[in-house]
Amino acid sequence: MSWFKRDKPAGEKLPTLETGERRVRTEGLWQKCEGCRQIIWKKDLEANWNVCPKCGSHSRIDAIARLKLLCDDGAYLEFDAGLASSDPLGFVDSKPYRDRLLETQETTNLADALISVAGKLDGRPVHMCSMEPKFIGGSMGSVVGEKIARAIERAIEKRTPLIIVSASGGARMQEGAISLMQMAKISAALMRMDEARLPYISVLTDPTTGGVTASFAMLGDLNIAEPGALIGFAGPRVIEQTIRQKLPEGFQRSEFLLKHGMLDAVVPRLEMKSFLSKSLKFFAG
Amino acid sequence: MEVDPEQSASAPVTAVPAPAVSEPHPAWQRVLLARHPKRPHSLDYIERLFTDFQEIHGDRAFGDDSAIVAGLAHFEDRPVAVVAEQKGRDTKQKLIRNFGMPKPEGYRKALRVMQLAAKFRRPVITLLDTPGAYPGIDAEERGQAEAIARNLREMSRLPVPVISVCIGEGGSGGALALGVGNVVLMMENAVYSVISPESCAAIIYRDSGKAEQAAAALRLTAEDLESYGLIDGIVPEPAGGAQENPEGAADNLRGFLRRYLDELSALSADRLVEHRYAKFRKMGNFFA
Repeated sequence: MSWFKRDKPAGEKLPTLETGERRVRTEGLWQKCEGCRQIIWKKDLEANWNVCPKCGSHSRIDAIARLKLLCDDGAYLEFDAGLASSDPLGFVDSKPYRDRLLETQETTNLADALISVAGKLDGRPVHMCSMEPKFIGGSMGSVVGEKIARAIERAIEKRTPLIIVSASGGARMQEGAISLMQMAKISAALMRMDEARLPYISVLTDPTTGGVTASFAMLGDLNIAEPGALIGFAGPRVIEQTIRQKLPEGFQRSEFLLKHGMLDAVVPRLEMKSFLSKSLKFFAG
Repeated sequence: MEVDPEQSASAPVTAVPAPAVSEPHPAWQRVLLARHPKRPHSLDYIERLFTDFQEIHGDRAFGDDSAIVAGLAHFEDRPVAVVAEQKGRDTKQKLIRNFGMPKPEGYRKALRVMQLAAKFRRPVITLLDTPGAYPGIDAEERGQAEAIARNLREMSRLPVPVISVCIGEGGSGGALALGVGNVVLMMENAVYSVISPESCAAIIYRDSGKAEQAAAALRLTAEDLESYGLIDGIVPEPAGGAQENPEGAADNLRGFLRRYLDELSALSADRLVEHRYAKFRKMGNFFA
């Protein structure tokens, strides 16, 4: 990485070792864009909410960054933050689920794969849920199911719109059929939201697959997606194994779903808030 | 979990040719029974349990999916709608039925028939038996996920009694899409799971051959689901499993359907929706 030594921006202090030897740390300063393969100064990328400033391709952002992007002043009030799975199955794979949970809770600083908040979107009170793909693939178990069900009930009680930003591989295998039933639980709660005639907007981001797509992510009054997100029911590998042929280019990406009539719109990350705001204005006046 | 010794004797243990393993794990035996080639399928139950069954076809949008059979029928002189997943027995039938893996048009047909029943205030009986919703290019293009999701939401507001019975394989969302009932039952040797044991093993052990282990870990038997409060009852099967005596299995199910239809028919439309919501709303309270 010595090529990039000279690109160090002015003002950044060089760490000086006790021996007086000067060294430049370059690890983690640069990131290669998955879209255009160009090397990007990581801070530029982060300042642009992980949208490549050169080619516009979207890389993933975490659940908290998402809320900061969408909520006015990046401010929100969190609910059910401490809700954590009790490992009902006593599930063990390469390591016990209980240990996996503890480790993931430590590295992500979250109790489970979803953050449920109340905040304001262009001055309008909203309830919002944001999924964390780094938490066991953003998978949905009993905690994610319960937090969404409660968020829906809160939105109905306070008569606010609801926005759910999905980023999930689907139902959480480690909680077995309990995870599966969360699909029915959330969909039934959304039926009540529908009957209450309150707007629910589903925002699908990379990746949204399996039981999450096959429940709340496809049940929005509007279903909108970020560009280039993988969205589907079955994962691409499962489909390839089933049909034994290569999948076409762009299969199960946002633009593919849009073309097949499965999405209302594909909206870039930096325009998402304004799109949501205008939609809510239409729905709720 | 205990397994009737007679039943394990007739289980197709030969399907696991591992000499080191003396007897398959009880959960895996259930998986093998649920997929047994002679196990009664939906149409076998339909012909035994209902009279005047008239099949109706198509989703009025794209096509007719043979993996789902829907129709108008009578159960002991009571008009009911029946919506069921059908697997097919021989190779030809299996191909016609797509191995019991519905496509979006199948789920949309199912919903159309359930809403038709709702309009005329007829109870709905669904039979679940699928390895899963079909994972293919065409299914994705036509919105497999959307079709399943919509069924989940719309079933939850049907103003009529809904009884769902998992008769064999309850393959994840593909089964649940017909499974939002006021009462959800499982046949004794049916399984109901978030993922197939093979796929689960491929993911967690990187070896689909470890499906037996995965089956045990997933807690997918009728007793397991009942213990977690996810189903309302287990319909006993004749000794050795339903494939040994389909008549007996159907007779047992008949008793359950009669009882629950009687109970649910006493409830108003609003109460039925409320009852179904309350039941699913409390599923999976496993957090601290």
